[in-house]
Amino acid sequence: MPESGADRLATVFADAGRPLFVPYVMGGYPTLEASARHAAILAEHADIIELGIPFSDPLADGPTIQAAGQLALDQGTRPADVLAIAEGLKGGPPVVVMTYFNTVIAHGAAEFLGQAAAAGVAGIIIPDLPVDEAGDIRDLARAAGVALIALAAPTTDDARMQAIGEQAEGFVYLVAVTGVTGGEMTMDDRLRALVDRARRHIPVPVVVGFGVRTPDQARQIGDIADGVVIASEIIRRIGDAPDAAAADAVVAEFGAGIAGALRA
Amino acid sequence: MSVTMRFGPYGGRYVPETVIGALDELTEAYERYRDDPDFRSELGVLLGHYVGRPTPLYRASRLEEAWGIPGGLWFKREDLCHTGAHKINNALGQVLLAKRMGKQRIIAETGAGQHGVATATASALVGLGCRVYMGRTDMQRQRLNVIRMRMLGAEVFPVDAGSGTLKDATSEAIRDWVTNVENTHYIIGSAVGPAPYPEIVADFQSVIGVESREQMLTETGALPGTVVACVGGGSNAIGIFRGFLDDADVRLVGVEAGGEGLSGKHGASLALGSPGVLHGSYSYLLQDPDGQVAEAHSVSAGLDYPGVGPEHSHLRDLGRVTYSNATDADALSAFLECCRLEGIIPALETSHALSYVRDSAADLAGPVLICLSGRGDKDVDQAGEALGIDASA
Ligand SMILES: Cc1ncc(COP(=O)(O)O)c(C=O)c1O
Repeated sequence: MPESGADRLATVFADAGRPLFVPYVMGGYPTLEASARHAAILAEHADIIELGIPFSDPLADGPTIQAAGQLALDQGTRPADVLAIAEGLKGGPPVVVMTYFNTVIAHGAAEFLGQAAAAGVAGIIIPDLPVDEAGDIRDLARAAGVALIALAAPTTDDARMQAIGEQAEGFVYLVAVTGVTGGEMTMDDRLRALVDRARRHIPVPVVVGFGVRTPDQARQIGDIADGVVIASEIIRRIGDAPDAAAADAVVAEFGAGIAGALRA
Repeated sequence: MSVTMRFGPYGGRYVPETVIGALDELTEAYERYRDDPDFRSELGVLLGHYVGRPTPLYRASRLEEAWGIPGGLWFKREDLCHTGAHKINNALGQVLLAKRMGKQRIIAETGAGQHGVATATASALVGLGCRVYMGRTDMQRQRLNVIRMRMLGAEVFPVDAGSGTLKDATSEAIRDWVTNVENTHYIIGSAVGPAPYPEIVADFQSVIGVESREQMLTETGALPGTVVACVGGGSNAIGIFRGFLDDADVRLVGVEAGGEGLSGKHGASLALGSPGVLHGSYSYLLQDPDGQVAEAHSVSAGLDYPGVGPEHSHLRDLGRVTYSNATDADALSAFLECCRLEGIIPALETSHALSYVRDSAADLAGPVLICLSGRGDKDVDQAGEALGIDASA
């Protein structure tokens, strides 16, 4: 039996001995080929790759990721295309896909999770599937060997943190801000207390994301959490690049910068 | 008694973790105040003296004759509610809940602008700040309501995403709520969204069905044979249906937007959609094979929505309610007939229900009761243009 996604993720955390870098790539943005290239470039620096499958109505995303996803959809990007990117990353850092619940159930959740597993996907993040609704999917994901990664938020009370912790697989994605993606976090007592509270209730590693933009912020998060996700900032930089070659260079430079900050 | 979270397999709470606590808080507040005498009396006084309830039951004799409706055609006159549609029933109920929950800010989405106007009105009444999300396309076709909302002190926030219609406005309102959930109450305008919203909205709208059942009995000595309502998200429909769900002999019909016809663009999620998740609940939905939500189309902004409330999905599967649809063109012609024969300018949304009754008259069990969900003042620019009626000499 192949190693499960949860085991592969656990190994990465255990072996690193430092906070992990988890960059996000939107499959199909700005083109399918470019997103595959960006994922491969980031794989050089990343510990886990978060790969987005675009969805028409992403409720947890701010304007940057919304627009990137819409562009990907307008160009005809389909879930299978994004899973093919994951397949191409086999042998590199584990891949977790991020998509919305309707994408998962459209063809049947078992089929989707089976395809993800076959593409080498280690985990799945579904931001509109809170822990109380996740029962069936958790079982199907476990059967497929894909870790269902739960989210926790600043508004999650202790009892829910506990419930999330009890069901958690792989890691828990802790949302740093009350809000959607694309804002900016600030390291303050409130965030420190949140991470502290999450770690007390959650037995698996806690990775923090939403609003992290700079190597400094990544380092600050790394001081208190097990890893850091960076998404909108990468998309923004790709969008600002004058051409494809420049975008590749920007991604490489940014990835190296964050990885360096987390190793320091 | 606890609050219904699922209707058969439909409903649920498919939203970001960030707002789950607020949904719990709303559920608790609703459980606590639903039957609270102070809450009920405050709402009751407003419904009576501010909204103008009970709304009249009116026999539309001339349309009845023109269309050959067996046993009589009756209108439940929600168009006579303050602000011009049934939406105020829900907006007032929710704003009173928001006040009791200590919220400082109200947000809403709107399609036709009727829910936006109702929420702006209710917010003004209790002194809470209000922001309404509205798609850019809808702001153009329902501009009268945009002006009304602004006069009432609400901020109307244009949404450019997608087709600039109700789906996009709802997504943006949910994102606002995710961001400002600690001080903000989101007043959803239809029987959609994550639990407990579909139940709360249906409950606040059930006054339509409770009143009209009693009024039919008083006026005719019998229950209607058929009850018809238009279905966008489904709040006026579930509101009137709830008065008759247990009356097995009363046929219930919901009329969705047939748009250009079912082979073109439309909003008939119960006719041609399949179950999926949009805006926090599992329900019928227009979507592609990968689960990407399709853009709906309707001449009426309030029915231009690819989803539908979860209770309707359940009632469809159970066969308790029949769901039909009416095209843009048929709704427009029914609109004009209602103007000319009854002296009532109905909302374009409501005109879909009228169109169904006209076109199925021969097969209907009478008497027929229509939920006249709203008035058409907001639609005069758009309908006038479509029908070649304007103000030039
Ligand atoms: C007059 C009127 N009727 C019907 C609707 C459709 O909504 P629902 O299906 O929730 O009643 C609207 C929505 O804006 C409306 O304004």
